[in-house]
Amino acid sequence: MVLELQKPRPIWQIMFSTHHTDVGLLYLITSLAFLFLGGTLALAIRAELFLPGSQIIADSMTFNRMFTVHGTTLIFLFILPFASAVGNYLVPIMVRYKDMAYPKLNAIAFWMIPPAGALIWLGFADFTWYATPPYSIISAPGPAADMWIFGLKILGISSVLGAINFIVTILKCKHPDMSIGQVPLLAWSFLTSSLIVLVAIPTFAAALLMLLTDRLGVSGFFNPAMGGDPIAYAHLFWFTFHPEVYVLVIPAIGMMYEIIPRFSRKPIFSHSSGIFAFVLLSMVSFSSWAHHMYATGMSFTEKTVFMIGTLAAVPASAMHVFNFIATMWNGRIKFATPMMWAVGGIALFFSAGAGGVVNAAMPLDFQTHDSYWVVGHFHLFVMGTIAFGSIGFFYYIFPYVTGRMYNERMGQVHFVLSFIGTVLVFFTQHVLGLYGMPRRVYDYPPIPEWITMNQIASVGAMIIGVSMVIFLINMIYSSGKGKLADTDDPFNLGGKYYYPFEAKNPHH
Amino acid sequence: MGHHSNWPEWVYVGVVIALMVWVGAEAWNAERLVEHIPADAEVIKVTGQQWFWSFEHEDGTKEIGELHVKVGKAYKFEITSKDVNHSFNIHDYVVLLDAIPGRVNTVWFAPMEVGEHDIQCREYCGLIHYNMRGKLIVEEAEPSS
Repeated sequence: MVLELQKPRPIWQIMFSTHHTDVGLLYLITSLAFLFLGGTLALAIRAELFLPGSQIIADSMTFNRMFTVHGTTLIFLFILPFASAVGNYLVPIMVRYKDMAYPKLNAIAFWMIPPAGALIWLGFADFTWYATPPYSIISAPGPAADMWIFGLKILGISSVLGAINFIVTILKCKHPDMSIGQVPLLAWSFLTSSLIVLVAIPTFAAALLMLLTDRLGVSGFFNPAMGGDPIAYAHLFWFTFHPEVYVLVIPAIGMMYEIIPRFSRKPIFSHSSGIFAFVLLSMVSFSSWAHHMYATGMSFTEKTVFMIGTLAAVPASAMHVFNFIATMWNGRIKFATPMMWAVGGIALFFSAGAGGVVNAAMPLDFQTHDSYWVVGHFHLFVMGTIAFGSIGFFYYIFPYVTGRMYNERMGQVHFVLSFIGTVLVFFTQHVLGLYGMPRRVYDYPPIPEWITMNQIASVGAMIIGVSMVIFLINMIYSSGKGKLADTDDPFNLGGKYYYPFEAKNPHH
Repeated sequence: MGHHSNWPEWVYVGVVIALMVWVGAEAWNAERLVEHIPADAEVIKVTGQQWFWSFEHEDGTKEIGELHVKVGKAYKFEITSKDVNHSFNIHDYVVLLDAIPGRVNTVWFAPMEVGEHDIQCREYCGLIHYNMRGKLIVEEAEPSS
């Protein structure tokens, strides 16, 4: 089997390589494989919820395991590795260095992902992606939960190693002629998100160990029966995973910063405000973690503090949206597939952010918390913004990775179907939440509004499913038989607009 | 890049900040009013456990799965759990608060109309989380004696 299709090489040469584009390719293929695996679980979940009663999944525990693994997979095994793939391909080129700063560490960080993925999938735990104690201590059965804990532990270490590598590559290995302010915004997005990882991850790493020893019965940090406090876990968890939301979204915004000026055939409106907004976002990402916890019985003062911290993230996000629109303004826009995904992603980013303001406002949070509103809200981020930015960027680097062009018509159909599907699923879920449907339920009572909206959401999910099949066919066919790409200007934008080919590092 | 004027962006950011200040101030004020528990509110102890709700009134009456209250009266729920985390929710009255073992969380409400409303669990708690449901029955107030 050969993977790099321009100059075929045996697969083991790529697997044991430490060159940044080879590691990037490994990240890319792994993350896309998990996208399809996690997406399949989502389709099963939506099929089950199409009607009240039991449909295709035999019992609630199987259903609970499926949504747990669905969430864990798409966050940790699709979004994060996909961003690492893009960073591996482009960050060294953007800072004009021959490779990542530590190539071996880079390969090690990647090779921690497949075993972690195997632990998560073979265990198939049921305690949701945040493993809330005391449920995860006293109720989550057998080795499944422990395998999940070890899987997440490994992924956390992999993230930290990757983050160190990006930070050192950008800060220490960039070309001496290049000031930090001149570093492209995509590389800046990796710098800021990596810094967040370094600060945020250790907290959850500690919480995971405490959870494990609690499960073994030798400690009682989060177990009220032993004098522990489950709320302490919630704080430790969200101190890592609210910033993690920005770790996921910032690289996707960076990818849009690469796509939008090129397909608008105009320089970015303001490079410096893009940098400013990234730095600001990475700082305010730490001021809002407990907005996930209003309903745990926090005092009025605590809620007020975290509401302010949450609303503070809005101006910085809005600056990015402004920058994108101002860049497109008066540009000669070419709506090729990557641009469609990026623009669709911005529209959904705006919608997701608007919904977030509702969640942050204290009295409204009690309407929406732990309901389907929240499911719709964060999926507009992870699917509508992050997956849209990522998939758009995948089309954008496709000619660089394979030397061939994808089928443009199929790419556009993929986008249109995905966009329609995403709106149908996740906008509807917001409304469903306002009608009071709780999240993480295997079945629901036959309330007419709930049934209608679940059906709309399920149809939307199937539309996304169809679009993803088109995507898969397009990728497999085009990487082998697509027409050869014009490597200077694969999108026919009339000029050297294509970043990756301005420089290419030889294999070593 | 960077040498052209950026003023439209700063005007826009100013508008966004003003909007957020307004949202935050309104939310702060509304929450402050909502959280003020009336002094005469009657206490109902709410206990969540896998997978049902039980209630204990001030006069010692106990109920499981169903909660009977009187229209026009204020009630204060003292919510806790016997095993794992749950979340006590009467969506029609925007009553939502987690039931956490080892803690007592309080929230109040005052039903305004006679009727039946769903009680449900909004925090994942395992096998039958989806069916951890109950009924709130709001009854006519007895004539004062």
